[in-house]
Amino acid sequence: MSFSTFLITGFVMLGLGGVLAAALAIAHRKLHVQEDPRIDTIEELLPQNNCGACGTGGCRAFAEAVVTGAISPGKCTVSPPEVKEAIALYLGVDVGAEEKRVARLACAGGKHVAWVRARYEGLETCQAAALVAGGGKGCAWGCLGFGDCRRVCDFDAIRMNANGLPEVNEDRCTACNACVEVCPKALFSLHPVSHRLWVACKNRAPEDQARAECEVACIACGRCGADAPPGLIEIVDNLAVVDYARNAMASRVAIQRCPTGAIVWIEESGEISKGPEARKVARKSPLPIAKER
Amino acid sequence: MKFPFGKQQKTFEHGVHPPQFKEATAGKPIRRMAFAPQLIVPLLQHIGAPAIPIVREGQEVVRGEPIARAAGFNSVPMHAPVTGVVQRIALAPTPMGNMAPAIFIKTYPGASQEILYGAPRDIGGMSPEALVLAVQETGVVGLGGAAFPTHVKLSVPEGKSVHTLIVNGCECEPYLTTDHRIMLERTQDILAGVHVALRITGASRVLVGVEDNKPDAIESLRAAFDACPAPAEVVSLPTKYPQGAEKMLTKALLGGEVPSGGLPIELGTLIMNVATLAQIGDLLPRQQGLIERVVTIAGPGVQKPGNYLMPLGTPLWFILESAGFDGKADQVVLGGPMMGMAIRSLATPITKGITGILALAKGGSASNTKTYPCIKCGSCLAACPVQLNPSRLGLLARKQQYAEMEQGFHLNDCFECGCCSYVCPANIPLVQYFRIAKAMNRQQRSRAQAAQNRGGRS
Repeated sequence: MSFSTFLITGFVMLGLGGVLAAALAIAHRKLHVQEDPRIDTIEELLPQNNCGACGTGGCRAFAEAVVTGAISPGKCTVSPPEVKEAIALYLGVDVGAEEKRVARLACAGGKHVAWVRARYEGLETCQAAALVAGGGKGCAWGCLGFGDCRRVCDFDAIRMNANGLPEVNEDRCTACNACVEVCPKALFSLHPVSHRLWVACKNRAPEDQARAECEVACIACGRCGADAPPGLIEIVDNLAVVDYARNAMASRVAIQRCPTGAIVWIEESGEISKGPEARKVARKSPLPIAKER
Repeated sequence: MKFPFGKQQKTFEHGVHPPQFKEATAGKPIRRMAFAPQLIVPLLQHIGAPAIPIVREGQEVVRGEPIARAAGFNSVPMHAPVTGVVQRIALAPTPMGNMAPAIFIKTYPGASQEILYGAPRDIGGMSPEALVLAVQETGVVGLGGAAFPTHVKLSVPEGKSVHTLIVNGCECEPYLTTDHRIMLERTQDILAGVHVALRITGASRVLVGVEDNKPDAIESLRAAFDACPAPAEVVSLPTKYPQGAEKMLTKALLGGEVPSGGLPIELGTLIMNVATLAQIGDLLPRQQGLIERVVTIAGPGVQKPGNYLMPLGTPLWFILESAGFDGKADQVVLGGPMMGMAIRSLATPITKGITGILALAKGGSASNTKTYPCIKCGSCLAACPVQLNPSRLGLLARKQQYAEMEQGFHLNDCFECGCCSYVCPANIPLVQYFRIAKAMNRQQRSRAQAAQNRGGRS
């Protein structure tokens, strides 16, 4: 093998490189996609959680939608207000008044007030328990307390309290819908924080049966509906249902005479207020497993 | 091992051999159970649309009288199991754990077992279409546990034909002996039912599959099926779980495999449980409805185990009391120990699809002991009757990759027989994982469907 072989090889490679580089240079010019540089800027401002709570496929998709004007900056539930304002200022658009939404649990039947009829043995997840006779709880609608919602929450906004019920930290909650989807009893739903009147129960059994299963169940007595402005609260299938289209009329009046404390008022601090006539629960320890009747 | 007629016994691949526990009830004749003070008849006891009540609160009903009508073709009517008065139509617990609407009937004291409703008729001259409707009127569903409406199953779809009627007398679940007793005591009813099924489907031959742990039933069926209008053969199959599953039985008897996602009708066969056939054969000529069924009550928790003919809607507490329940059992399971459901409430009523009531002590069924990591031993692969890879599926389930389980590993072919969990030396709750995965996939699909509907409207 002579020295010229190396030379030829070298030149061929150089030539090939030159041709391909030229092709790339032309492609770069001809096939260039003009992308709005604002998308990148906005994306950098966003929290990069990709939670999807805004309704788009992630933060990049949200940034694109904001730039095109399809969505207002305020729709991002995770960003703090100053970030949303910064985006609005940058684009010269309105922030868009988007009220903060949070996940709310429609059950107050912790271990200390809800009767357990059978001991569930098996995988310690709500989804597994729900498949075995709906879990061991007497109330067929109530929270099972294995904390699937806590595990699925990416924002650490849910913790399980001493009574085995999930508690939502409203500051951390981004209304991403993950807990709503995972709960086998469908107890979570997303609500604007201004929805302060809340029925913390889903029990649709008639009064005696509801009382027998849980001390804080809605017994459909109808007092909240009678006290509240007409049309705000209706009893549907043995359960008080708040019509949030008339939320402006809601006040603490509705919770005053509730005998079980199933209907509550959620304070701005996130604390839960029950009416003065609500049954006082002093018990801290879990109820034992007891037979029916 | 003895092989009848010196032939090799037919069976399917894989499966397990759990202990039988059948001796306590197999020798006991079927007895009637008394009426409970209140019967609860759920409107949905079958797969399909719930029946629509046709009675009012306070109305008196006579034993055998229709109290709810079928909501369309994929539904069956309900009949009053006892003479009494309708107390209310309200929610009642179901074995699934949710609450569903049911008709509560207060039994009249001294209500008799006699069924006054219905008029005998000659079914010989009826056309297949008329017979299908007559079967629907009886309210009979698959009594082997699936509770699929029998008239829907018997209506052969357009473009398909049935050449073989398979009679399922396997009863492969431990403890249960209802089919065994029915094969011994109601052989003529089964034959009459087979006659009806043959006329509706146009099948030309009958194969009866019975496991070899019931030699007396095989004997009695062989004697009776000499009178069968089509060529019939009673085949003795080796005792193995889950031989009574449709697809397994088809494979055992015909050797053919039902395609993934398909039904045995693709192979030209139709499979009917012996109890279902016996009910059709008995009720159709008398023009009556299904108001009672045979249920095995067994397990260490009851003093009087046996097979009881009980009115549908009898609450569990009454049944357990009648059978001498000592209150010590840890678990009450509806169905067999392999596929049955543990229940939460003793107020749950007996429905059409319940084959057994087991009062089990701790450790009697899958008890909650420590789970170890999968050691890839492959026991579950050797047990899975539908040739899935439960080990791999289990790992995917742990990672919640439910869509991958369905698309890549045929999750939907799993019929939840529980063989994998039964054999797993690491005690991994495989079948439970699969049930969750299926539930999640179903939820995902219904959600996608709902989103699509919303999109279509706006």
